[in-house]
Amino acid sequence: MTHAELQALRLKSTSLRKALLGMIYRAKTGHTGGSLSSVDILTVLYYHVLRIDPKHPKDPNRDRFIMSKGHSVEALYVILADKGFFPLEELKTFSKFDSRLIGHPSVKVPGVELNTGALGHGLSCSVGMALAAQRDRSAVRVFCLMGDGEQAEGSVWEAAMAASNFKLDNLTAIIDRNRLQISGNTETVMKLDSLQEKWEAFGWDVHTVDGHDFSALTEAFGAPQVLGKPRMIIAETLKGKGVSYMQDNAKWHHGVPDDQQYHLALEELESYMQEVRGHE
Amino acid sequence: MSNTIPNRKAFTDTLVDLATKDPSIFVVTSDARGSVTLEKFADTLPGQFVEVGIAEQNEIGIAAGLASFGKRVFACAPACFLSTRSLEQVKVDVVYSQNPVRIIGISGGISYGALGYSHQSLHDFAVMRTFADLAVLCPADRFQTEAITRWLAEHDVAAYVRMGRGPVPDVYANVQESFTFGKANRLSEGSDATIIANGETVHHALEAAKILGTQGIGVRVLDMPTIKPIDRDAILSAAVETGLIITVEEHSIFGGMGSAVAEIVSQEHPVPIRIIGIPDEIPIGGSSAELFDHYGLTGDAIASEVMTLIKKFKR
Repeated sequence: MTHAELQALRLKSTSLRKALLGMIYRAKTGHTGGSLSSVDILTVLYYHVLRIDPKHPKDPNRDRFIMSKGHSVEALYVILADKGFFPLEELKTFSKFDSRLIGHPSVKVPGVELNTGALGHGLSCSVGMALAAQRDRSAVRVFCLMGDGEQAEGSVWEAAMAASNFKLDNLTAIIDRNRLQISGNTETVMKLDSLQEKWEAFGWDVHTVDGHDFSALTEAFGAPQVLGKPRMIIAETLKGKGVSYMQDNAKWHHGVPDDQQYHLALEELESYMQEVRGHE
Repeated sequence: MSNTIPNRKAFTDTLVDLATKDPSIFVVTSDARGSVTLEKFADTLPGQFVEVGIAEQNEIGIAAGLASFGKRVFACAPACFLSTRSLEQVKVDVVYSQNPVRIIGISGGISYGALGYSHQSLHDFAVMRTFADLAVLCPADRFQTEAITRWLAEHDVAAYVRMGRGPVPDVYANVQESFTFGKANRLSEGSDATIIANGETVHHALEAAKILGTQGIGVRVLDMPTIKPIDRDAILSAAVETGLIITVEEHSIFGGMGSAVAEIVSQEHPVPIRIIGIPDEIPIGGSSAELFDHYGLTGDAIASEVMTLIKKFKR
């Protein structure tokens, strides 16, 4: 990945952060912290990794992305709109009466593959998709983003076992490891560490990376697939990343910024963009 | 009893036949190939067979993922587990996400009577029929089972089908006459009352009609294999033309086929209704036949109940 490509991803993810904060600010609802922690991962996926065509959202040969942590839907919607799956203007309807842009992913929205919102479902469905692709000898790849709090759901581990059992080397799962869930620190609510060892024990090819480092993320997604093994990318992130007063604070799991906080956040993101441009 | 083929076997025999010609037909199961009688499918069509181990949540999630790729998926396991353990996956991954999985619950109701309440499914019609657009079915015999299986293989709908464990007497003479989706079958004529049954209670309802006939009482018997979408017209005709309805099902008296009938009758043409099923208690242990007898689901008991109701409401 070239310096210019990295810079482009940084600028893109920062403008997406601004857009998703705007959605949440206008709707007065949303899952702010987790959207901000996962947006860099989604930026790499949607602008670098996934083989998808917004003009043909149902192309059978498209890669599939499943947002198992459905509450971070704001990050997904701003990307799908930016990619042209639906008009950017529609983002203003988020959470409004009869809008298809509801608070968790819905298949009524072009580009969304699965309705999520109940945690611990996405990986099982992804296993089914990857298994279908494997049996069809198709080149379709399947990607699934989970939360770290979500790892407490037993069904995640049923799916983990199955993916390894079926040797699904066309499947990549990602954990947004921001270490905070709605009630506080993940390790206090229900100890998860070591996730690396757990997923390795389940037979996955595990990569732990800085989930805000675009080089590290693209490298992990681009690493040669280990034959017969599903891939896990544990992306170490910060909840609320990019807005300093939100960062690493469980209160912002579904906190909504007021006028002053919103403008403060925009200023900080804007000044970061200028800093990035200054390095061009 | 002449028939020795259980409905679950009629289902798997039909499915092997269909899947041999249609490679998009997939079976997903959770360590239930013996219980469901899927051995032949697994042996002859391994590329269309998916074993997930004892993991019913994962079973339905994987089935939904396969369905999203255009596979015609039959997810098969004991009804007690599929309709309870994987309920959220049915709701979210299948119904809400619009993935047309055919969920096949075998050995349903009190088929596993002696194994205890953990293995009984007397709640499945009730919970499944509240999910939008999920069809709910329960075949009466092997011919209807085959007809339902063939229909489901040809139609991309999400459905829950419950069938029992042991063989049941034939109700129909052939596959063709046994099933139309969403329609009741009128199996006996009479104007004193209507008995609406489904699944393994249908032959008992017919037996009741025969007993009542010898006493000069004519009852209409409706087989209601499709619990959802239910045949509203057949129910209302029964209410208008016979004025008394008795429902019989291998299910809790709450929320099942009887409740579905009562919802329509009470709101559109109120007539007396009696819902016969398993009362609000943890069932005692015993064989399926013993429990049918104990809970009044057999011909004699149904006939006696109909007689009492006719005396109370119609004479």
